[in-house]
Amino acid sequence: MTNETVLDVKDLKTYFYLDDNQVAKAVDDVDLTVRAGETVALVGESGSGKSITSLSIMQLINKPGKIVNGEISLLGRNLLELTDKQMTKVRGNDVAMIFQEPMTALNPVYTVGNQIMEVLRKHKNMSKKQARQRAIDLLKLVGFPRAEETVNEYPHQLSGGMRQRAMIAIAISCDPKLLIADEPTTALDVTIQAQILDLMSEMKDRLDMGLLLITHDLGVVAEYADRVLVMYGGQIVEQAPKRHLFKDPKHPYTEGLLESLPSVHKEEERLGTIKGTVPPAHKFPKGCRFSSRCPHAMEKCFETNPELMDLDHERAVRCYLYTED
Amino acid sequence: MEIETLKTPNTNPEYSEQEGKSKSPYQLALRRFMKNKLAVIGVITMVIIIVMSFSAPLLTDHNPTQTNMLMIEQPPSSEHILGTDGSGRDNWARLLYGSRVSLVVGFSAMFFTLIIGVILGSLSGYYKGFVDSLIMRATDLVLALPFLVLALTVMSLVENITVTLFVTIIALVSWPTLTRIIRGSFLSLREQEFVLGAKAIGASDMRIVFRHMIPNAIGPIVVNATLMVAIMIIAEAGLSFIGMGIPQPQPTWGNMLNEALSVRILRHHWYTWIPPGVCILVTVLAINFIGDGLRDAFDPKSNQR
Repeated sequence: MTNETVLDVKDLKTYFYLDDNQVAKAVDDVDLTVRAGETVALVGESGSGKSITSLSIMQLINKPGKIVNGEISLLGRNLLELTDKQMTKVRGNDVAMIFQEPMTALNPVYTVGNQIMEVLRKHKNMSKKQARQRAIDLLKLVGFPRAEETVNEYPHQLSGGMRQRAMIAIAISCDPKLLIADEPTTALDVTIQAQILDLMSEMKDRLDMGLLLITHDLGVVAEYADRVLVMYGGQIVEQAPKRHLFKDPKHPYTEGLLESLPSVHKEEERLGTIKGTVPPAHKFPKGCRFSSRCPHAMEKCFETNPELMDLDHERAVRCYLYTED
Repeated sequence: MEIETLKTPNTNPEYSEQEGKSKSPYQLALRRFMKNKLAVIGVITMVIIIVMSFSAPLLTDHNPTQTNMLMIEQPPSSEHILGTDGSGRDNWARLLYGSRVSLVVGFSAMFFTLIIGVILGSLSGYYKGFVDSLIMRATDLVLALPFLVLALTVMSLVENITVTLFVTIIALVSWPTLTRIIRGSFLSLREQEFVLGAKAIGASDMRIVFRHMIPNAIGPIVVNATLMVAIMIIAEAGLSFIGMGIPQPQPTWGNMLNEALSVRILRHHWYTWIPPGVCILVTVLAINFIGDGLRDAFDPKSNQR
């Protein structure tokens, strides 16, 4: 493990400009870093801006969305300063992405091998023969027992878990330094989930890449993450190493998320819930974005939005409960 | 790099044989197509018609444009299988050579329309926004023009109508339908995750459109292109019938029918107009069967059959 910083995002703001002059602040002032060999989990409810953050890193934001501010440096290079053409050389090569739906993420008209070869031939200038051999090796690596046959198979011949393995093979084919997995296991059943996540963390260690794991499943976080970023309303509300977060959550939102998890140690009739839903991104409350749902909300929570404050060198929280005054 | 060490030689000697095992979606569609009897009959009919039109010189010794004033409106005989027309030209020869024009018009107009339709439709569906509005307003404009009136106007303005000109004219008024269909498929395809996936591996726009989207839209494209051939053949026949299509003496099925404008011919000389009429009917029917067969074959819901 080299421990170098692979991804460093600073003050990222991705806004969506809606028709009626409203601005949806889908991602607002997000800072995050991912180091080589590290798994960083980005957690939050639906609509909290997790996926938009990942798509912003890949620069795959479509109109009316726009990255209005910030710096995304990948291996020291600011991706926001690159042209579209330069960016196509980064995507799939330095940074790769795995999607939620393995059923639709592969092109149905090409064989699995063909789709792996496409990436290799584009980024590594391999000959057809080399690319094919490498595709077979990659398929073996991600656990296809009959890789020589699987290269010639079409996506419809594979099960969901197998397709996700194929997606991983495509993603790691060019040895990316950063792998973004956007809810990679949500569409899979539980036994397969564990296999896929194990495979991803094995690949992460083997290739020494950074893994940005986007999920809403705290069970996955508990098992695989090194550090956790909790997102709410387009902002990071808490940042902590995994063991601290689960033992001692600081932000009321994180507490709420953890209380909603079933546990074998607690004997409770009902699981905790967080009342309400995430407000739409163009209608956030005036003060703290969680204030409308927060059980501890104070007067000033409705007035101004707190800053993300460091509690110690590895923890930070965005809440007035932890300010000195 | 660790992956290199995992490299193992391809130890499977039967490798090439196994390639046949995986059926691509196209092969699956072909298999479903072959199960459709009517469609297969349509294909066989089309093959026969195409072969006959190519081998026209072998099937007749007569020149289809050679007039013979001594042999006007002859009934069928061993010399003239289908008799002769009002200018003494051999009907059988005209029927064979006429199929060439009808087919050339049908297929080339289809290709022309297809090229315009695929380019404009994919631009429109892929980029949306301003490009889309521009192209869609253009299709609205062309769709608002009445085909027949426009064709008749152009035909009567131009003195010497050639096949190329004719094809160009009917293609220029027929592209909007195909453009809209392709735009429709692209609008749904562009939201598919594999398109995002292709972007995420660094594919350029051109590559996404040509490699990832068009092959997935091939079903509607092929079906509509096929049906377009039939429409084009009918358009040619219709315009030639009223004397506004390909001019004499070049034989086409349509202008052979033109003779039947006279009631005398219609009543007493069936051998002049029935054969080209039947040829048009059979060809168009065969193409429509093929089109229907293709539509069923590409329809994912027909997988169960």
